[in-house]
Amino acid sequence: MVKGMHNMADKTQAEPTAPDAETRQPHRGRAVARAVEDGVTHFRHRLSAGELGSLPVVLVLAAVWIIFQSLNENFLSPRNLSNLSVDIVGTGLIAVGIVFVLLIGELDLSVGSISGLAAAVFAVLNVNNGVPEWLALIIAVLAGTAAGTVQGYSCAKTRVPAFVVTLAGLLTWNGIMLYILGTSGTVNLDENGLVAKLTSYYFTNDGAAYGLAAVGAGTVFLVSYQDMRRREAAGMPHRSLQGIAVRTGVLAVIAFVTAFVLNRFQGLPLALLIFLVVVAGLDIVLRRTHYGRQVYALGGSVEAARRASLSVTRVQTAVLAVSGTMAAVGGLFLASRITSVSQGSGSGVLLLNAIAAAVIGGTSLFGGRGTTWSAVLGILIIQSIASGMAITDTPTAVQFIITGGVLFAAVLIDSLSRRSQEAHGRA
Amino acid sequence: MPTPPLLALHGVCKRFGVVEVLTDIELEIHAGQVVALLGDNGAGKSTLVKVISGVAPADKGAIEWEGRTVQIRRPHDARDLGIATVYQDLALCGNLDVVGNLFLGREIRRFGFLDEMEMERRTRHLLERLTRGIPDLRAPVVSLSSGQRQTVAIARSLLGDPRVLLLDEPTAALGFEQTSEVLDLVDRLRDRGLGVLLISHNMGDIKALADRAAVLRLGRNNGFFDVNTASQEQIISSVTGATENVPRRMASQEAGW
Repeated sequence: MVKGMHNMADKTQAEPTAPDAETRQPHRGRAVARAVEDGVTHFRHRLSAGELGSLPVVLVLAAVWIIFQSLNENFLSPRNLSNLSVDIVGTGLIAVGIVFVLLIGELDLSVGSISGLAAAVFAVLNVNNGVPEWLALIIAVLAGTAAGTVQGYSCAKTRVPAFVVTLAGLLTWNGIMLYILGTSGTVNLDENGLVAKLTSYYFTNDGAAYGLAAVGAGTVFLVSYQDMRRREAAGMPHRSLQGIAVRTGVLAVIAFVTAFVLNRFQGLPLALLIFLVVVAGLDIVLRRTHYGRQVYALGGSVEAARRASLSVTRVQTAVLAVSGTMAAVGGLFLASRITSVSQGSGSGVLLLNAIAAAVIGGTSLFGGRGTTWSAVLGILIIQSIASGMAITDTPTAVQFIITGGVLFAAVLIDSLSRRSQEAHGRA
Repeated sequence: MPTPPLLALHGVCKRFGVVEVLTDIELEIHAGQVVALLGDNGAGKSTLVKVISGVAPADKGAIEWEGRTVQIRRPHDARDLGIATVYQDLALCGNLDVVGNLFLGREIRRFGFLDEMEMERRTRHLLERLTRGIPDLRAPVVSLSSGQRQTVAIARSLLGDPRVLLLDEPTAALGFEQTSEVLDLVDRLRDRGLGVLLISHNMGDIKALADRAAVLRLGRNNGFFDVNTASQEQIISSVTGATENVPRRMASQEAGW
């Protein structure tokens, strides 16, 4: 594909200068080709520098989808894809929190237990004690924030690696959850309640999904365009208008195709909307704010961050607080999906899937590299495999083996790209 | 009355656990002067830099800034005074790009968000003054050459318009051409009235650049020299300990290093 694009660009360059009589159409065509060529050169440069970006992940996702579609033609049906888009939300939100922790080069093992704890807090307050749903929801999320803050502060103060502190947390929060659930064991949530609606509500109006796609693509275009204009005015290097148009175009196509598929089932799921808004919001926090820059700096070098007079304690605490909060929110979505909370909530493979999603999506285990979007891609792959296995009646054992293989490949790519980056630096 | 030195240290002591790394250190840095700090490995040069920059605050002793006593307890304090440091390991975040490293901890904000454009503009402006070959400002620092990284580290230290610059072996990892580029730069900074403390093992650099030399040996002062009048042999013998200017040296301290 890359080669093809290159040929196209070469051909347009070889053409003689267009005479004035020619219409604007070929001009634009050439400009687009140049933008594509610029993109390809930039992309190759990044490849050789060991920055693979999300390309391998997208390829794996495509492979997974093609394989399962060939095994069962219902896999890519609107119904299955729509369900998939809701199924990814619970674990996906937890994985977004994990991305924050991985970025500072740590690991949070307590997210599964915190998600179960938050769900239990909500269920016991709302169902057993009659606390209004909205209040119980807020308290449940804040419980996750509090648990994360306690862990983060302990790590930062004792300088014990987070995975040890959160391992203690894993047991503690799980114990507290079992304690507050008491003898009742399983609590069923109100089928028509607020929390149940989180994953059962769909915007059946077609306009919702298309509107979201249009607003998303439009916002990206406007922001890039404004940035370009500002840079141009200041005489700084900037992207070409064509480049921005091509990028936004690709994004818009993906968004509208997704919207089209969702509308052919039940419309835009509320859960997916919340998920995308949270991921986009936290992405802005990470990449465009002072706080986010500190998180990346800590992942790069704690000592350098400290000497640049960043408060390492505060950032570490805040990062684990974010991961605790996201775990609690994710736990509520998981409870919503099955409208019940039991002693098994938040246990099993949930924790491993959340961490695997972040890593498969391209967030580095070594800290400092990754975005919240990697959690979306990662959980999409994991959940696609799970869904494909279910649809083709493959035993769970095989599902674990395949997911494990994908995770291993992701870690391998991460370490290889890191090594190639270092080699590039020495050259 | 002569102007007081920009920065003066009196009787500064620093210990790590039971090891006394610095004992009764005296040091003065004047505006428009390059002071070379010399000493054998483990003499306490880097520790002294960390004391002044607030990374490892002094246990005892007084630090004076333009004649008045000040406290440097945190890196922040040193930065507020106008002391900038380029560490031997550069202390850069490899995963951040050049702009991100330069503005780390003092990002420019616009409507609450990072103003990448303004930061990039100032970075370009600053680097154009410092060096001929400007690296890709958006490449992660880990992918730059060691000379480029050194330039980035120095540029970062100059960002807040410091009055005193501490350079810990700025040329140790550099080739010939890059070294002379860095030395030229230090020369120009002195002409602009900065006080520079330069740690180096290279007598050639020191002879070419420094006005005065302070020698540390085993964590104590071991002589001050006017580089223009003192001979290279005098300075070196003071570094190696052939000339003992410290009468109170104890065997236990020597064992510590």
